Amino acid sequence: MNPVLLAAISVGIIGLICAVMLAVASKIIAVKEDETFLRLRECLPGANCGACGYAGCDGYAHALREGGVKPNLCVPGGDTAATKISQLLGVEFEDVVEQVAFVRCNGDCNNTSDKMEYHGIQSCKAAKLFFGGSGKCTYGCLGLGDCASVCPNDAICIKDGLARVNPRLCVGCGLCAKECPNGLIAVLPDTVKVIVRCRNTDKGGATRQECSVGCIGCKKCEKECPAGAITVNTNLAFVDYTKCTNCGHCQEVCPSGCIFIGNFSGAHKAK
Amino acid sequence: MRSLIVIMMGAVLVNNYVLSQFLGICSFLGVSKKQDQATGMSLAVIFVMLLATAVTWPIQTFLLDPNKLGYLQTIVFILVIAALVQLVEIVMKRYTPALHTALGVYLPLITTNCAVLGVAIDNIDASYTFLESMVNSLGCGLGYFLAMVLFSGVRSRMEDAKPPKSFEGLPLTLIAAAIVSVSFFGFAGIIENLFG
Repeated sequence: MNPVLLAAISVGIIGLICAVMLAVASKIIAVKEDETFLRLRECLPGANCGACGYAGCDGYAHALREGGVKPNLCVPGGDTAATKISQLLGVEFEDVVEQVAFVRCNGDCNNTSDKMEYHGIQSCKAAKLFFGGSGKCTYGCLGLGDCASVCPNDAICIKDGLARVNPRLCVGCGLCAKECPNGLIAVLPDTVKVIVRCRNTDKGGATRQECSVGCIGCKKCEKECPAGAITVNTNLAFVDYTKCTNCGHCQEVCPSGCIFIGNFSGAHKAK
Repeated sequence: MRSLIVIMMGAVLVNNYVLSQFLGICSFLGVSKKQDQATGMSLAVIFVMLLATAVTWPIQTFLLDPNKLGYLQTIVFILVIAALVQLVEIVMKRYTPALHTALGVYLPLITTNCAVLGVAIDNIDASYTFLESMVNSLGCGLGYFLAMVLFSGVRSRMEDAKPPKSFEGLPLTLIAAAIVSVSFFGFAGIIENLFG
């Protein structure tokens, strides 16, 4: 027989056997994917952030299919995802409390300065171990962007040595809050308007030397707040959001300007 | 028994597939970024190498050689290995979902990996018996595992380093791979001195 023909035929036969084997196998032992799970999974944004308390979107979708889980746990998905899920499962829709991350520090390079030059590993966690970071204030933003690097939506940028959150991009997953070694980032409902942008618990004079916009614990806001929502504890003002009426008076009286009034509600829906 | 140990040691250390023979470099550089990924990939490689040898050795000995079709070796091996890995993936997905989630991503990557084909062909070239072939494949797989895990450690250290801009990324990875490879040449001759 012609050797070329022989080679072609033998390879062809082996290929045919393999092909038939694969075709039969894929028909006989194919796995049926659960349809409900797939559709639930499609409703979720796929950020795998873990804000719902499950290991990624797959985990939450599994838990939803098993039942007994509220459909409004997905913060990044917001109301859109919750509506779709509740329709799919035939349960009552519950509003999602949209959340936004806030950086509770305003110490950029104009307001505070460095006590040393840091040339070590470019990570906030590493810098924090080295005399509390390069900045004068050891409570403030280290500015090396550990939060920015974990953000799944690129909502955080470092500008002038301070992390800044873009509330339009932030989905409120809270990954950055876990990452910050100084615990500066708070994830709060987007209805909140009054933020104390400082975490320095040093006494007033010491804080002043470190940063021009730090909370000096003067208690002016505590005295003046008409709703009695602010308490000063360990030289730092805290806002009780259950009492706060968002009147903005505290910002007017604050001598150092560390209280910030913003409006983030609906930032999620603007997307 | 003695010859099996020699083959095993030789495959793991002296003729390490990645670091001495430069086979499977693509996956070696691609998947060695994280240690857990490197481990998963290596386990899949060990599995596929054993499987490929178990199938290709009989094909060569009982099908190709008697019919004087030895020159079809390469193409037949590629065909059979690729089909086999696909089949294993389908079976795995059905019967052992846990194993599929662990190895599943890497299996299709390996189907036409040159290291796997290299083992299959090397076994024939060295005219090993079936048992020797299997031991050699296991050794090569373990050698790949060793290289991957070692190199993923090196890479995780490099993440924290600040190289000059022009060396960032792949250039530095290649240089590091070369240095690790040179270190493995230290094993050359160890077998002759131990067992010779």
